[in-house]
Amino acid sequence: MAFATEWPRISALGTDGFLVTFADRLSEPANRAALAFRHALEQESWRGVEETSTSLVSAYLRFDPRGASHAEIQSKLQHLLARENWFEVPLPQGRRLWRVPAVFGTELAPQLEEAAQAAGLTPEDAVASLTQTRVRVQTIGFAPGQPYLGELPPAWDIPRQSQLTSQVPAGALAVAIRQLVLFPVPAPTGWRHVGQTCFQLFRPDSDDPFVLRPGDELQFEPVGAETLARMQSDPGGGARAEVIR
Amino acid sequence: MTRTLTVKRAGPGVTVQDLGRPGHLAGGLSRGGAADRLALAEGAALLGQDAGTAALEMAGAGGEFEASEDMRIALTGAVMQASLDGAPLVWNASHLLPRGARLKIGGCEAGCYGYLHLGGGIATEPQLGARSAHLGAGLGGALQPGACLPIGADEGLRGTGQRLDPAPRFDGGTLRAVAGPQTGLFSPAQIAAFENSSFRRDLRGNRMGVRLTSDTAALKPGDGLKVVSEVIVPGDIQITGDGAPFVLLSECQTIGGYPRIGSVLPADLPLVAQGRPGTAFRFQFVTMEEAVEIVHLEQERRLEIGRSLRPLLRDPRTMFDLLSYQLISGATSGDDLEREHQ
Repeated sequence: MAFATEWPRISALGTDGFLVTFADRLSEPANRAALAFRHALEQESWRGVEETSTSLVSAYLRFDPRGASHAEIQSKLQHLLARENWFEVPLPQGRRLWRVPAVFGTELAPQLEEAAQAAGLTPEDAVASLTQTRVRVQTIGFAPGQPYLGELPPAWDIPRQSQLTSQVPAGALAVAIRQLVLFPVPAPTGWRHVGQTCFQLFRPDSDDPFVLRPGDELQFEPVGAETLARMQSDPGGGARAEVIR
Repeated sequence: MTRTLTVKRAGPGVTVQDLGRPGHLAGGLSRGGAADRLALAEGAALLGQDAGTAALEMAGAGGEFEASEDMRIALTGAVMQASLDGAPLVWNASHLLPRGARLKIGGCEAGCYGYLHLGGGIATEPQLGARSAHLGAGLGGALQPGACLPIGADEGLRGTGQRLDPAPRFDGGTLRAVAGPQTGLFSPAQIAAFENSSFRRDLRGNRMGVRLTSDTAALKPGDGLKVVSEVIVPGDIQITGDGAPFVLLSECQTIGGYPRIGSVLPADLPLVAQGRPGTAFRFQFVTMEEAVEIVHLEQERRLEIGRSLRPLLRDPRTMFDLLSYQLISGATSGDDLEREHQ
């Protein structure tokens, strides 16, 4: 088995998929390249291709091996990769900026102080940092509609906890390794729970079940618990979107 | 009148399952669907219906059920104790479930996931294109006593009283795997050791995946290598922090950060799903060419299951439903299919 070490790299994943990986670590250009390449894959609509998606630094393609061979898909991927420098392709159009109300700290988000301490910040400075940074949806995954958001300032390069929190509620905002995660469903996590929203990210009975898309940006707005409680009846939890131009 | 199946009692892991929801990976929703897809195909073959027809998946234990009308049923997957108004029912076979009769399905005698298929299939409202419960995503859930499931119109052609000899899959064995994006993080010596080790299914396992342990192998990917969270698919063999392999099943998450040494072929995933704790497994890498050939053969084999059915031989002295058997199945004149077509 031979493995190329240069990037981007094409590898088979399972018996019916390929992964095109742009880097071995997360970076803004690699994330952007993955997004742009997946966008191009969607435009191509090759015979036999069943679905595409992205993760942090790669694009994934699943196909029906009865409709196309591995060699055929691999060759097409190579040609598409060679077509341009994917690290330099601008982000796709139609991205949105979401302003999302969140309660920081209190019993709703009990790990703010602990996370601030790990980042070497006072709780007040931590909230200021988390609400002043516009973060981008780097990928949607793990659970339905769940965004990985980044990148936070370097102070937030804090490790995950060694022990899992047994459960955070839906809408929880958690931090680690210069990223934020917003939970669509209750979940155990090793990330520290610093904020709480009532933004419903997965709406299975809606025409648009996955609310956020990779490339969208988010900015959190600090609100009090009472304000958040009033927003509970809104599936958006008070979040407002505008198209980024 | 709507055909319904009422759940009188249910074990903790009884869910509606079909082939799941492909196409939502970009939204973070994994495909899900039946843990043992071969069992789904076998039930569909027994009842002469589409392989995507929704059935009841019973993890570990079944329940008690009652039908509002006479219905055809089939039982596949993990072998469970089953009876109809007290008379035992043969597993891996199709039967008539008369209106009002009590169908009891007990614990597993072999395997982990048993299936109850209904002629016409479970006709609950699809969500995102499928009826499968996806527990991790909060779609559907385990059935509770009192649940009343709508059952579709039965257009299957095979009557009842058929049986099949299922492909064996309760005793573990060799899992064939292909290399993937992160196989190269493991040294050739580690891969050889992995293939030469014997593993046992751990107590930890569910529809998301199954953990295996080994007395001999402790696998660690190369020093200091951190893996960026990456797309994961059912079959992937994650090597967790303690070196134990974790084989992903249908309800796995869509991205994960553990390095993966390879991916088990779909044809062998029923072995993973059905192996009880303690079941022995080995891994064997095959080339992608071999894997694709195996995938094709398995797809053909599943389409052919219907041809291997044979009549269920029954002792007339124990046939409490002799009357309905003759009236409905009429397995005597040899032109049942033609008559049912008319």
